[in-house]
This record gives sequence, structure tokens and C-alpha cells, in this order.
Amino acid sequence: MPTRALTQPLPLKLTSTGFLLVWCVIAAFPIFWIAVMSFKSPVDAFAGNPFQVIFGPATLAQGKGISVLDIVLGLAVIWATARVATRTLPRLIASHAPAGYAWAGWIIGSLTLAVGFVVVFFGLLPAVLNALSPIFGPLGRDVIGLSTEHYKTVWIDRGFSNNFQNSLIVTAGVVTVSLTVGTLAGYGLARSGSNLAFGILIVALIFRALPHSVLVAGYLPVFINSAEWLRPILGENAPTLYGKPWAVIAVLVAINQPFTIWMLRSFFQNIPAELDEAARVDGCSHFQAFRRVIMPVMWPGVITTGLFSFLLGYNDFLVTSLLLDAQNQTMVPAIAGMFNRETTTTDQVVAVAAAVSITAPLFFLVMVFQRQIVSGLTAGAVKG
Amino acid sequence: MNSRTFAAFVGPSVFMMLLFIAFPLISVFTQSFYVTQPVYETVEVETCTPGFLSQTCEIQRKSIPKLDEDGSVIQETRFVGLDSYRNVLEPERAWKAISSLDWGAFQAIDFWKALRFTLTFTLFTLPLVLGLGLTIALVLNNTAKMLRGPVIFVTLLPFIITPVIGALSINWLFRGDGILTALIENLLNRDIALFAQAWTLEILMMGYRVWHVAPFAAIVFYAGLQTVNSDALESALIDGASRWQRLRYVVIPHLMPLIVFVSMIHLMDSYRVFEEVVGFSSQGHVISLQWLTYDFLVPDQAGNRSISRASASAMLTMIGISLLLVPLLRRTWRDHKGGH
Repeated sequence: MPTRALTQPLPLKLTSTGFLLVWCVIAAFPIFWIAVMSFKSPVDAFAGNPFQVIFGPATLAQGKGISVLDIVLGLAVIWATARVATRTLPRLIASHAPAGYAWAGWIIGSLTLAVGFVVVFFGLLPAVLNALSPIFGPLGRDVIGLSTEHYKTVWIDRGFSNNFQNSLIVTAGVVTVSLTVGTLAGYGLARSGSNLAFGILIVALIFRALPHSVLVAGYLPVFINSAEWLRPILGENAPTLYGKPWAVIAVLVAINQPFTIWMLRSFFQNIPAELDEAARVDGCSHFQAFRRVIMPVMWPGVITTGLFSFLLGYNDFLVTSLLLDAQNQTMVPAIAGMFNRETTTTDQVVAVAAAVSITAPLFFLVMVFQRQIVSGLTAGAVKG
Repeated sequence: MNSRTFAAFVGPSVFMMLLFIAFPLISVFTQSFYVTQPVYETVEVETCTPGFLSQTCEIQRKSIPKLDEDGSVIQETRFVGLDSYRNVLEPERAWKAISSLDWGAFQAIDFWKALRFTLTFTLFTLPLVLGLGLTIALVLNNTAKMLRGPVIFVTLLPFIITPVIGALSINWLFRGDGILTALIENLLNRDIALFAQAWTLEILMMGYRVWHVAPFAAIVFYAGLQTVNSDALESALIDGASRWQRLRYVVIPHLMPLIVFVSMIHLMDSYRVFEEVVGFSSQGHVISLQWLTYDFLVPDQAGNRSISRASASAMLTMIGISLLLVPLLRRTWRDHKGGH
């Protein structure tokens, strides 16, 4: 290709770089800003002057802040953790985990690392810093106002850990069930060219477009009265479905099913049908071929679909807020309740801290699984 | 694959969709024609207050809910035909407003207000999402390979964030004297209140949606740009096509299927606009169709949920979705037929 004709004139290059820069700022700014706000006292957090929000003089005046030394050592610990996670951990797992159990190695390794990080960062580091600060003089003096009191309020006083557990239960349930049911269906649909299979896909597409409130309007009366209706079948201990996490899991799995089977089908179609034919010739049944031959090469697709199921379960507001009672409430509806009730600016900053707590896991998710998310976004699209 | 194995593979998924999607749809449809209410009875209550010489007594007629022997309220379900729809649509009031050309009175009816916003929202955000997504994709495709990873990471953040939280985070930038409000006030040199009237709220909500969805469009288009035929580009170059012409006549036609795909997904999703209303607490000024159904479903102060009205508004919302889906289904059907 004649490269010279394709090189771009300088003004175009500058404009495009500038545009990209502006977009990155717009994309990241709101998230970055609520993260900053959550660490400040209410006066600083809602100040009109951006520098006051960042440096937090009012927070500093209350005696809560961090020094240059704190920042340097804190960053060092984070950097070391990241280094261990990306370099040392894979090597250790490769050398120590028995073949075929690498996933167990990863789970144990990441848990150990997470616990180690929490111990060092929140246990060891403050003690060391307390001892070191007086020695370093000006470097040890607080320069930026920062306080974690709002996180303490949210997680301990407001019982957010309870909501976190509920979110965890609902999300884990949604991902597991929806992948189990979805991979089977996706495989069946990909390998069958019948009109019935196509019909199912089309109906699934229609279901995907339905507003969720329509479905919830259908569930609510049934769920609330389910104990009466189920009594003839299940006897005296018939459950009321309203407020039960597993009922919500079933609902979210069903809502997510159309998307899951479309996506998994497109991943399965990429795997040549010769592979399972070969397995069938060797005497496998359809199900054995699926389990022993297809699933091992399907992991990337399954992980990607699992990520999107996770997002649906984790991000849902409408279904969980209407179908769960206060005791089983997940994080997102809980924060909306917090937000409606808020009266003082302190309440608002507490809500901001809760919002950041909800966003943090998603942030790490993108960091670890960026490639899979991109492939998931494009999988459905490129093949139409 | 014979039909039995096919059924075994697909069965669980189809069963779940039937039980939790198709069945609720049917029950919503029937609910919208029935109303379940407590049975009321009228009783005469004599209340006496002590007075001078004699008591002052008055007899009042009160309607109270009937109780059964367990002491719980007796509920009664009866067929009301299209009454729930009439309650949602309020045709007389709407017609009166239309015939007197009174837009304000027309928009005072919740359903029409929600419909107006939902449609405006859908139509305004679509071109913005496509335009911004395409621009980001083109620019991203132009930058050094080293920068692309980090830029994609940042781009994914608005897409991945919980919608309610995303809306809230933008809300907090503007709420009260949030820093962006302060910035705009400085520029315009006057006081502004972004949360006090409908149109500013609508702009914020659309801005949030574009911020949230443009990354999706950008990533899809970026993937499409990787497969642009370089021979076609080269021959266009030899024919003397300018940069703009190459974009217009080679790149965009190549991306056309993806543009259609993103538009369809976006139309479906933005027709369901809901989280914005919660995140911006805009229900006093701006509501959407899905929020209307949600609001009927949330218990009111007396603890009652207006299920039948919610069902009626849900069915009306569905009509819009079906209109939207017809072209998409026709296209998919044509592709399927063409593929065989």
C-alpha cells in the first residue's frame, strides 16, 4: 500500500489525538470524581471548587489526611501486589499445581494474595507509617485530606455487608444456572439447522426486547399469593416466592436466557462440527461429545457469556427492587433507598461511598477480563 | 442431531423461558382486564360525644372493608373490560386537551407524558450514540497500537458501570452546586437550576445514556474496522478519492450491517429507559413508560399495588416494542432464508 498517501496530515493527527484525550476524560471523569468525593468530608465533597474537592482542606482540618510518605508507601504496596499477581503468581501456579488443576491453583493463589494484601495494606502499613511519620519530618505531615469514615458508616452501621452478601448470592446463582442451561441450549441450537431451532431463536429475540417491568407485573401477584396457590401441590409448607433470592435468580436467569443462548450459539458455531463428528465416530454419545470434546475448547466463550450474565445479575435494579423484601435486598436497590432518604450532605457522601463500593468490583472485572468483554461485544455483532 | 437429543439439549432453556417469560406475558394480558379489590360494605356508625344535658349523637355512613372469619380482608376479582386501559390512557381528558390544542394539559396525563419522553429519548440518543461511537472507533483505529489497550479500558468503564450508579454519578456532578453546575454558572455568569425543570433534566438523562452506550457502539465499530478490505481502500485511493470520500463510500458501507445492528439494540434498550428516572430522581418532571409500570407496581402508602393498571400500561408498552421489532424480524427471516 502506498504508505505516503495514507499518512495523515498533522492537523488531522492532532485533532484525532485531542478528541481521544477528551473522550477518555469524559468517560472516566464521573467515576474518578465520585471515588474522590467518597473520601472527603461533606463540606469538601460538595464544594464548588474542584481543587477543594481534591485536596480536601476541611477534611484535613479534622485531622484526617495522608502524607507524601503514606502515598508513596501505599502505592508501593499496590504496585508490588499487582506485580505478584501478574508475574509471580502465574509462575508459581505453573510449577506447583498438578496438571488439570490449574483453576484450583488460581483460586487458592488469588485468595491468598487478596488476604495478604488486606493484611499488609490495612493492618501492617498503618502501624509502620505511624512509627515512620515523625522521623521523616515534612514528608510525614498530612497534605491531602482523606477519610474512610463514610465507608465505615456504609459497611458497618448501615448494614451494607448484608446487601453485599445478597448481591453475591443472586449474582453467583444467576451466572451458574444461566451458563448451565445456556450452554446446553446454545450447543443444541448451533448444531441443529431445523426450522424449530430458528423459531426458538426468533422467539428468544422477541423476548429479549421485552421491558422487564412487563414481566415483573406478571410475577408479582403470583409470587405474593404463591403460598395459597401452591398449597394443594406442596402441602402446608408451600413457600411464598416473594422476597426469596432463589426465585429472583430463576427470574433473572429466564430474562437473561435469550441473550445467553444467542451469544453461546454464535461461539459454538465457530467450533467446527467435524470435531464432534469425530468424537461420535469414536463412540461418544451426543452428550459425551459435548462434555468431553466441545466444552474444553469452549471455555473462552463460556467465560465471556458468564461475564455478561454476571453484569445482568449484579446491575439489575428493577427486578430485585420489586421482588425482594428489605431483608434480602441486594446492593443496587439498597443504594437507591439510601438516596431517596438522604437529607443531610453527610447522608449524600455516605451514598457516594456506597456507589463507589458497588463500582469497585466492576472496575477490577474490566481490568482482568477486558479481552473477553470486547470479544463478547463483537461476537454477536460481527456474525449478524 | 435427532429431535430427541435436540429436545434434551434445548429443553431446560425453553422451559425456563416459557415459565418465566411466556407465562407472565399471558397472565399480564388477562390481569389487565380484571381488578382485584377488597370488598367494601357500608355500615352505619353512631358516634356520641358527651354534651350538656344530653349527649350529641350523629349517625355516619362509612364504607369499610369486609372481613372474613379469620379477620383478613376479603378480596374480590371482577372483570372490568377495558377500564384499566381507560384509567391509564384517560382518553376523554386527552381528547379534550387535543381538541383544544392544549399541549400542557395533554402532557399532564402520566401515560402521554411518559410516551412523549420515551420516544424523544429514543430518537435523540440514537444518532448521537452512532455518531460518537463511530468517531471513537475511527480515531481509535488511527492511534498507535500501544495506546489502544488503555484507551479501550477507559472506554469500557461507562459501559460496564451499573446503570443506576452511572446515572447517580453524573447526577452528583451537577446536584446542588456540584462542580459542573458551578463551572457552567461561572461561564454563563448566572444561576442555573438543572433539576428544577423538565428540559434540562432530559438533556442530562440523554447525555448520561449516550455516555453509557457509545462505548458499546465504538467497540463494535472498531472490530468492524479491522476487517475493512484494504484493496478496496487502495483502489479508491488510486481513483483519487479524498479521505472523506473513502470514509463515505468504502468504510461506512462496509460497516452498514453493524450500524443496523447497533441501532436495533439501541432502539430496544432505550425504549426501555428506566434507570435514568431513578438515578436522576426525575419522577416529578420526567417519567418514562417503563417507569410508569414500575410506579404502579410499587406499593402506595396504603400498601396496595395497582396490578391491573400496571398490566394495562405494560400491555400498551408492548405495542410500541412490537412495532419496533417488525422490521428487525423481517430482516432476520430474510437472512435465514437466504442462508439456506
